[in-house]
Amino acid sequence: MTTRDRGDGRATAQADHFDSYYGRRILKPPTWEAATIGGYLYLGGLAGASSVFAAGGQLTGRPRLARAGKAAALVGVGLSLAALVEDLGRPARFLHMLRTFKPTSPMSVGSWLLAAYAPLVGVSLFTDVTGRFPLAGRAACYGAAVLGPAVTTYTAVLISDTAVPAWHEGYREMPFLFAGSATATAAGSALIATPAAENGPARRAAVLGTALELAAGRLMRHRMGMVGEAYERGRAGVLMRTGEALALAGAAGAALSGRGGRAAAVLSGAALMAASACIRLGVFSAGVASTQDPRYTVVPQRERLAGRLSKT
Amino acid sequence: MGFFTDTSVCIGCKACEVACKEWNRLPPDPPFQLTGLSFDNTEQLSASTWRHVAFIEQRKPVREPSGGEQTSDQRWLMASDVCKHCTDAACLDVCPTGSLFRTEFGTVVVQADICNGCGYCVSACPYGVIDKRESDGLAWKCTLCYDRIGEGMVPACAKACPTESIQYGELSELLDRATARVETLQREGVTDARLYGHDPDDGVRGNGAFFLLLDEPEVYGLPPAPMDTTRDLPAMWRHMALAALTVAAGIITAFAAGR
Ligand code: SF4
Ligand code: SF4
Repeated sequence: MTTRDRGDGRATAQADHFDSYYGRRILKPPTWEAATIGGYLYLGGLAGASSVFAAGGQLTGRPRLARAGKAAALVGVGLSLAALVEDLGRPARFLHMLRTFKPTSPMSVGSWLLAAYAPLVGVSLFTDVTGRFPLAGRAACYGAAVLGPAVTTYTAVLISDTAVPAWHEGYREMPFLFAGSATATAAGSALIATPAAENGPARRAAVLGTALELAAGRLMRHRMGMVGEAYERGRAGVLMRTGEALALAGAAGAALSGRGGRAAAVLSGAALMAASACIRLGVFSAGVASTQDPRYTVVPQRERLAGRLSKT
Repeated sequence: MGFFTDTSVCIGCKACEVACKEWNRLPPDPPFQLTGLSFDNTEQLSASTWRHVAFIEQRKPVREPSGGEQTSDQRWLMASDVCKHCTDAACLDVCPTGSLFRTEFGTVVVQADICNGCGYCVSACPYGVIDKRESDGLAWKCTLCYDRIGEGMVPACAKACPTESIQYGELSELLDRATARVETLQREGVTDARLYGHDPDDGVRGNGAFFLLLDEPEVYGLPPAPMDTTRDLPAMWRHMALAALTVAAGIITAFAAGR
């Protein structure tokens, strides 16, 4: 047999001429678990954007929105650290992350970022709930809001700075996808937890965040060329499509829920949160799938080589 | 220092694979199973296989040297693969603990006592070399026999190779030898002969382990034009910063719009 196309139909359906070693993958699939690291991507987004909501609520005299934001941030960052430790296997291994600071390693930068951010979130919720040290609490809340946006988007760099085709090729749009998704999901949690009198900003942010999430996602897949297929097939495809549908429904519900009352707000909030989770897990699955098939490694690299030759 | 692997003389004996396993006391890759892929039951490099011999059965006309008679239409390619010890090593760049480091020989080595098993290097390597071992959760790969070369010895695989398919030495010297070998083969009519991973202008600025191949790299399971992913990292940080500002601006707008 030749090494070309194994006759599983997939490779042959592709017009491009393409060789491989018995159809074996070239790259190693990520060692990360979808549940822990996929969840980590989602929870970091929820936490970071919720901190901005908390500061906004505090600044504009919406105490319940502020407290909901602080609580969502703490739950998000707490669970995401737990997910990270679970993926490493032992808590002590997390400390190895803080041995050095390496700007060339997004994971090192992110660990330091979380190490600074998590205590701020903790202090800000603690002082809010207990009513003690209000000044320190306000400062911590604003501090968390300053770091929050970076917490939501650094994870996009974390996964893009890899050889995984469906992640690396999207490095320009991925941070915006994560930004939109985080804004929408934090808005969703605020819609669930706050009364109608205070949830105006959440309703508007839900629409803005969803628009950014969907637009960045579409643009990203379009710009990737054939690698974008990894987002349309299999598990990733199902997750992405479900996520997009839920996001549209959630944003529409949020926009109208001003009139619809509590139940509508809670439902749209839940839809927005589920949408972001589906899209993050979809991005994760697409990455894994793109390492399993050598086509996603060979074809774009061949194109790059051909492009370089035709330029010289 | 580095490796030159001349696949045109490889006989697929797997002495390198075995010598590497023995010297480095590498555990087996469980579970053992026959793959049905020619004589290859290892499939690829892994945390516990640091040299891997690929077997490719191909339908391609084989000629006598110097463009003589066609003797067969079936040929076998055999090639021993290894970590490339990239000049721009993505695995080393992304490691958050500093466990991966560049040695005084210019090679790339993992320190097991510092690695925390985060697996970032696994996803960063554009060649799919380094991997996490199930049993201890740590990342492992070829060290280019750091312990041997430090003592002035040759790496175990190169020592064991009976045909000198694997050569160890000073990179510039190896490159001279490799270039001469390609020229000889080309002159003898083996027009497919080419070097892979030797070019300081490629996506990883050249490898500490390069190869003489008899077909396209992807036929051997090698990426045709790998790129060190951290090349784009400055652009990634810029996009991230802009996106972070977008989150803040979006939520501020949502607050401001209702007033
Ligand atoms: S081949 Fe992979 S594991 Fe080896 S040095 Fe290069 S990036 Fe690192
Ligand atoms: S798995 Fe170990 S060697 Fe690899 S990046 Fe993480 S800490 Fe570094």
